[in-house]
Amino acid sequence: MSVLTPARATGRITRINPVAKLAASLVLSAFLLVTIDWVSAAVALALESILFAWAGLGARAFFRRTIAIWIAAPLAGITTLLYGVTDGQIYFQFWLIHISDGSIALAIATVLRILAIGLPAVVLFATIDPTDLADGLAQVWHLPSRFVLGALAGMRLIGLFLQDWRHLELARRARGLGDTGRIRRFAGQAFALLVLSLRRGSKLATAMEARGFGGDTVRTWARPSTFGAAEWLLVVIGAAIGATALAVATVSGSLNFVIG
Amino acid sequence: MHATTTTTVRSTKPASGAGRRGSYRWRVVDIVVASVIGVASGLIFWVWGLTYTPLSTGLEALLPGAQGLTGGVWLFAGVLGGLIVRKPGAALFTELVAAIVSALVGTQWGVLTLVSGLVQGLGAEIVFAIFLYANYRVYVAVLAGAGAGLAMGINDSIFWYAGNSADFKTIYIICGTIGGAVIAGLLSWIVVRALARTGALNRFAAGREVTARV
Amino acid sequence: MPSRVPANTQADAVADGSAAGASLRASGWGWRHAGRAAWALRGLDLAIEPGERVLLLGASGAGKSTLLQAFAAVLGGADEGEEEGELTVDGMPPASIRGRAGLVLQDPDSQIVLARVGDDVAFGCENLGVPRHEIWPRVDAALEAVGLGSAGSDAAPGRGSGLDRAHPTSELSGGQKQRVALAGVVAMRPGILLLDEPTANLDPGGVEEVRDAVAGVLRESGATFVVVEHRVDVWLEVVDRVIVLAPGGGVLADGAPDAVLGARGAELAADGVWVPGQDPLGGAPVRTRERTLPSHEPASVPASAPELLLSTHDLAVARMPGRPVASGIDLEIRSDTATALTGPNGAGKTTLALTLAGLLPPEGGEVSASDALRAESGHPDAPTPDAPRSAWRPGRRRPRAPGPDPLSWSSRQLLTRIGVVFQDPEHQFVTGTVRGELEVSLKALGLGHDEIAERVHEVSDRLRLGSLLAANPYTLSGGEKRRLSVASALVARPRILILDEPTFGQDSRTWAELVRLLAEQMRRGTAVVAVTHDRAFIEALADHELVIGGRSTPTSATPTSATPTSATPASATTASATPTSAPAAPE
Repeated sequence: MSVLTPARATGRITRINPVAKLAASLVLSAFLLVTIDWVSAAVALALESILFAWAGLGARAFFRRTIAIWIAAPLAGITTLLYGVTDGQIYFQFWLIHISDGSIALAIATVLRILAIGLPAVVLFATIDPTDLADGLAQVWHLPSRFVLGALAGMRLIGLFLQDWRHLELARRARGLGDTGRIRRFAGQAFALLVLSLRRGSKLATAMEARGFGGDTVRTWARPSTFGAAEWLLVVIGAAIGATALAVATVSGSLNFVIG
Repeated sequence: MHATTTTTVRSTKPASGAGRRGSYRWRVVDIVVASVIGVASGLIFWVWGLTYTPLSTGLEALLPGAQGLTGGVWLFAGVLGGLIVRKPGAALFTELVAAIVSALVGTQWGVLTLVSGLVQGLGAEIVFAIFLYANYRVYVAVLAGAGAGLAMGINDSIFWYAGNSADFKTIYIICGTIGGAVIAGLLSWIVVRALARTGALNRFAAGREVTARV
Repeated sequence: MPSRVPANTQADAVADGSAAGASLRASGWGWRHAGRAAWALRGLDLAIEPGERVLLLGASGAGKSTLLQAFAAVLGGADEGEEEGELTVDGMPPASIRGRAGLVLQDPDSQIVLARVGDDVAFGCENLGVPRHEIWPRVDAALEAVGLGSAGSDAAPGRGSGLDRAHPTSELSGGQKQRVALAGVVAMRPGILLLDEPTANLDPGGVEEVRDAVAGVLRESGATFVVVEHRVDVWLEVVDRVIVLAPGGGVLADGAPDAVLGARGAELAADGVWVPGQDPLGGAPVRTRERTLPSHEPASVPASAPELLLSTHDLAVARMPGRPVASGIDLEIRSDTATALTGPNGAGKTTLALTLAGLLPPEGGEVSASDALRAESGHPDAPTPDAPRSAWRPGRRRPRAPGPDPLSWSSRQLLTRIGVVFQDPEHQFVTGTVRGELEVSLKALGLGHDEIAERVHEVSDRLRLGSLLAANPYTLSGGEKRRLSVASALVARPRILILDEPTFGQDSRTWAELVRLLAEQMRRGTAVVAVTHDRAFIEALADHELVIGGRSTPTSATPTSATPTSATPASATTASATPTSAPAAPE
């Protein structure tokens, strides 16, 4: 199964309209972006773990999909530790680097915040079927269908491009260029991939036009995309987690606005 | 009867419905090629990330701003799309598609990748808009890349480096702008010229400008 | 008829009783692509009546595809080209009645739009505004019409040839993809079916599949039919009229198939069209089989028996590690012989070829190079008629011979030993000019300037690329690209040349050129290994044929997990493939 055709309808979360997942994730992020403090991030993370358990994505799949965030969060934390806003006692100082009480607190907050924002974003996206997403974007959110479908049709070529990339790589070895110049070779392959993709894109556009795409007729949709109670519930859950996190942070006095 | 009907129709309508609203209306080939560029770029980002960043990530975390310079690589899709398709929204759309692909293929940030893509695409888009979608010379490309880099710098400062000092953020944003101007701007412009020579852009003004009439 | 068709057209169409067939007219019509000085077509006068079935022929560059695209209203607007004269479908400009003409193109990969079969077939209907409740019955009927039906959305996991609506389009064979594309067009209920080389990228099984599906659709719908194809025999029994376009504009010949092919057969064949009964090689065998007829041997070629270069033992190959596609392969590749790798789609032919070439790791067993192949120095003393391969010039450092496993060789060591020609020439282009393509490997070998110039000159002369040296490789025609990809492998003078579907989609002229060229390379001692479906190619060149077994055509509607590849061990058999043309090589 490719990324474009994940098995449909397994696990509760998969059946929910993708635009609801998108919305829930964005709403939740919007709340958490307001502040940088460890309390709100920790509360959100705790509430989200319940959501993750409910989503029915196995532990293995969960960590495989989110590995990038588990790596990136501590790295961003280190950056903040070194260059964070200085406050309280300073423990170490060199050029722009100041490690202080303030930067330590901010570093912890940064790590938790990235996890709290990033994990649900990835988990909700992991179960999205692109075709369903396109249906939702065009039918529920009423984004222009020509662009939504054009993008979707382009996505279908992912598999072909991966195959192209592999052949481009093998061909370079076969032509005696595989021994040296990795960066140069990468650039060359990237260029060749762009040429191939432009070719395929032009042909695909002709094929789509030949099937009446982009005409003046108002198009119909073979598969309806609906936004019902389950979808609203997910968005409300997202908002509730964010609001609760902010409320707890406010009450505990740890709220720390990003802007201002 | 046929003769008369068709003659009148033909005189009012050229070859198809495209192009009625001037050159600002997207043709189907514009939409599909923009999204295909986005898809290919998304994959190039991904391979780049897999192959080259594990070595450098740790180092980047320690040096203020270095992230901003190499971040330019993630911005070229939008500028490339804008330079090739030359329609309002092309840079935004292409960068957004690239972001969606990154999110789909994995190893990325899910929905947040889309937000980054949107913001970065907007940075390039605004520059093309300032030049009224009529100027695609090299300095416009460089400015568009810088715009994307600036947008990325501000966006990341809010999302990921919120707790960092103003000095760090300033350096990061400046480096992002420079990286964007050089890698996303200048490089994309050169790539478009090279692509035009392969004949792959024959259906676009960007391609026909470079290749002589043959 | 669906209500979207403008009233007067509908009336016209319905008037003659069969609502299906549309009429096509061109009068004084021409089109020039933007940025081109020459017209693709000019001064064309043509009338095709409802229900006619036309095969459209002409030399490459005669504007056949342009004409089809014009009828399908996909040539683009005024900024994409200049139009003159008049072109109509049912008396209307094509753009005003989109959906009346259905177009299927050549490349199976570029015309599937969506990720699932059902969605893809429904796509055209959606665009035409067909109401939802009407779409799915149309989709099922269309899949039925092209022979992929009987599954439906909820039906039991299909046995037989049916496809589930949710079947991923990425898992279809080329022939199935083309049939799905055809179904997508059929579901729109078009009055004309326009096919632009729909089978050029398919293996023989796929060609038949698609041809039979089209014939079935035409029987049922009575639609007008125009097909562009350079392999005439495929469509001969379907069409009732042949039109030959003249390069630059106008109609060269027009009439019943027998009459046109009878009168113009030789001329068409000379233009690269595959005309039944016309041998592209002119009836002369390309291989004189020197070993059995020593008198014909050029003096410079060693008269010794073919030398063993590469062998495999119990080889298993896999595209992805852990998922073998073929196994148990024992094979010997000798100089001066040609081996054809054949078998059904997905059997692992390409994978085997790439494994032999030292590009993919074997999944099991081994590939081992003989001492003769390993000792190959990579210096200009490689075999040519002028310089026998034993002449090693003193003064040059002879590199140490690499190990027996080609996978362990460096890219440069590979270059002079095993050359590879990929199925898609564009995959192997690495520079911006034809000259650059020919030079790049030689530069990697560190050859001197004069040596490089001499070799480039020789090979470009031989392959008629001399006038194209400054051109960008991507801008070449299909035949030129193929010649360049072969040339760029040959220029390094490898002892083994491995080609993946070298004759795919080639016109008969390029085909004959390739066959002659490869025969000549073999006379020089090169071993040729070709993945191919092309019977004529095998009969002209091959000494051995290795049939890679594997599973039969992948038409199963069940998920891939139901048919694990490992459960159907591939078989590999060797058989002589040249029973008629000459005695098989002594083994």
